Amino acid sequence: MTAPPLLAVGDLSVTFRTRAGPVKALERVSFAVDKGETIAIVGESGSGKSVTAQAIMGILDPAGRVEAGRVYFAGLDLLRASASELADMRGREFAMIFQNPRGALNPIRTVGDQIADVLARHEHLKGAAARDRAMEMLALVKITDPRRRLDAYPFELSGGMCQRVMIALALACRPALLIADEPTTGLDVTTQAAIMDLIGELGRSRGMATVLITHDLGLAAEHCGRIVVMHAGHVVEDAPAAQLFAAPRHPYTAKLLAATPRPGRHLEDLEAIPGGLPDLRRADLPGCRFLERCDRAGEPCRAPALDAIVTPSPDGERRVLCVRPLMGLAA
Amino acid sequence: MTALLDVAGLCRRFTVGQPGPIERLRGKRPGVLHAVDAVDLRIGEGEVLGLVGESGCGKSTLARVVARLIDPSEGSIRFAGEDIGQIAARRFARHPLRRSIQMVFQDPTESLNPRWTAFDCIADPIRRMDPGAAAKVADRVHELAALVSLPETLLQRFPHQLSGGQKARVGIARAVALRPRLLVLDEPTSALDVSVQVVVLKLLDELKRRLGMSYLFVTHDLEVVRLICDRVAVMYLGRMAEVGTVGQIFERPSHPYTRALLSAVPSGVPGRTPQRIQLSGDPRSPIDPDPRICRFLGRCPNGTERCGTEMPQLRPMGEGHVAACHLADAA
Repeated sequence: MTAPPLLAVGDLSVTFRTRAGPVKALERVSFAVDKGETIAIVGESGSGKSVTAQAIMGILDPAGRVEAGRVYFAGLDLLRASASELADMRGREFAMIFQNPRGALNPIRTVGDQIADVLARHEHLKGAAARDRAMEMLALVKITDPRRRLDAYPFELSGGMCQRVMIALALACRPALLIADEPTTGLDVTTQAAIMDLIGELGRSRGMATVLITHDLGLAAEHCGRIVVMHAGHVVEDAPAAQLFAAPRHPYTAKLLAATPRPGRHLEDLEAIPGGLPDLRRADLPGCRFLERCDRAGEPCRAPALDAIVTPSPDGERRVLCVRPLMGLAA
Repeated sequence: MTALLDVAGLCRRFTVGQPGPIERLRGKRPGVLHAVDAVDLRIGEGEVLGLVGESGCGKSTLARVVARLIDPSEGSIRFAGEDIGQIAARRFARHPLRRSIQMVFQDPTESLNPRWTAFDCIADPIRRMDPGAAAKVADRVHELAALVSLPETLLQRFPHQLSGGQKARVGIARAVALRPRLLVLDEPTSALDVSVQVVVLKLLDELKRRLGMSYLFVTHDLEVVRLICDRVAVMYLGRMAEVGTVGQIFERPSHPYTRALLSAVPSGVPGRTPQRIQLSGDPRSPIDPDPRICRFLGRCPNGTERCGTEMPQLRPMGEGHVAACHLADAA
């Protein structure tokens, strides 16, 4: 692949100011997304998945600050873009859908009006034209009886339906990149399957790249070609999904896989991951933040900064942030 | 297996949409929401029954009626031979059998008093039901903390100073403090990360054996059901759709809703999407439902005319396996 990636995040570090001192929420996070590609960012709560998405979108909490790094979208440096440039791009070039769809929608405006707002902002569509496009979008996300639903308020819709509206909003201006932050957490399995299938189908038909943020490795495996595993603000492993599952190289990925329930596994077969996330306020955080939970850790892991080991593979390169990676049989 | 809990013909209805004075003059009646409708349920001594279904299907209401937090509208709840359905929930709070049925709630953060230490949370049921000397209470709390592997140093902490897994342990210790015979668990692991979920599931499995408890395990996660349950009850819009052993439900599902539910579970294998059974349309309204129409009609992929004129009843599909569908064939 020689074409530059659509989204390239390089050495991104984000720190949050808190009363208890600065929290190093992200440290040297790097990954890339090609045009039309679907990747997943997987990790436990507190691993920095959502902060990564917020930093890319330019919607970090005011307490958070990008200390260093680059975020290139289609060749443009998003971290240097002005607020108005970013506002022009958000929703048109890249869009995001959030967890808790009911909370993300405006409760006192009809869903039709909310979709029309996006169209008015980016495509200067008004009145009947905007309404028609809004209805098309609702039909696209398979909402039954879209004409009637245009005048519905979020509280009149079910959780799955609100998430469909969120997708319609995000896709109204045909963005090239969609970031979906836990889009199906809190939804039923049948709804989850329908929403994920819908995102996949629309992504394929529109050549849209998708970043799926999830804590569910099973869901990531099913829908994404490549998986980025995060732990305590580090990207610990980045690999094609099939290889990651067949032969994880970072001990954390291996432990995460061993803890995930899967068909054919019994409770005795599953293993818990000992310990918890390190305190990210510590000044002397070791280069490996998994150190204290790892049974392979040694002195080299304490180095102040580690560099990811990059290995080429037929389906794209693999990166692992570990000085003693597991050497399983690579597929 | 002798039944510890035998629920028969259980209904719980809620009145919704009280009409205003003018509407009442015009003859408008309040709607009746059938949250739980004619449910039969048996849980044997030492058995774990999984209760699954989508949000709004009445599984939490059923759990709360069984745990005697709310009253049934109709039907009987026989627990250890006594019909506890006749005892009003307010009186049951001081009934000798209260200690025998305890509950673990979904969100460990929401269900612990934020102003109480972990010690007080666990001591509360003991102080209420077994008042005694403070030293004796303290001994029991420490014993319980050891039982759920909660370090004693954490007992003086408040919920906000504990991690999700630790809070889950407090919730479980509190629930088993009075040595219940039946534990009702409402989505006990859905707020937890996979690494912590494994620990909590293993703990629950071990406690069941050590303390000889039975569980009513409410969840929407079918993988969890497979790991910990002996039998499964699938609920759809207030009614039982199918009940059977884990093997029967997962290997030979008879009800079309069960099949759709199972087909929506992610395969957990990269690149493999299971053959999905899409459910079209929205669920029927649970308010004043027509007693002659199958609740699943409209979303069912193979509904027939008979489904619109005659409510299907649970029919035997195999040894201890029942399904409520006209079209299901016995194995």
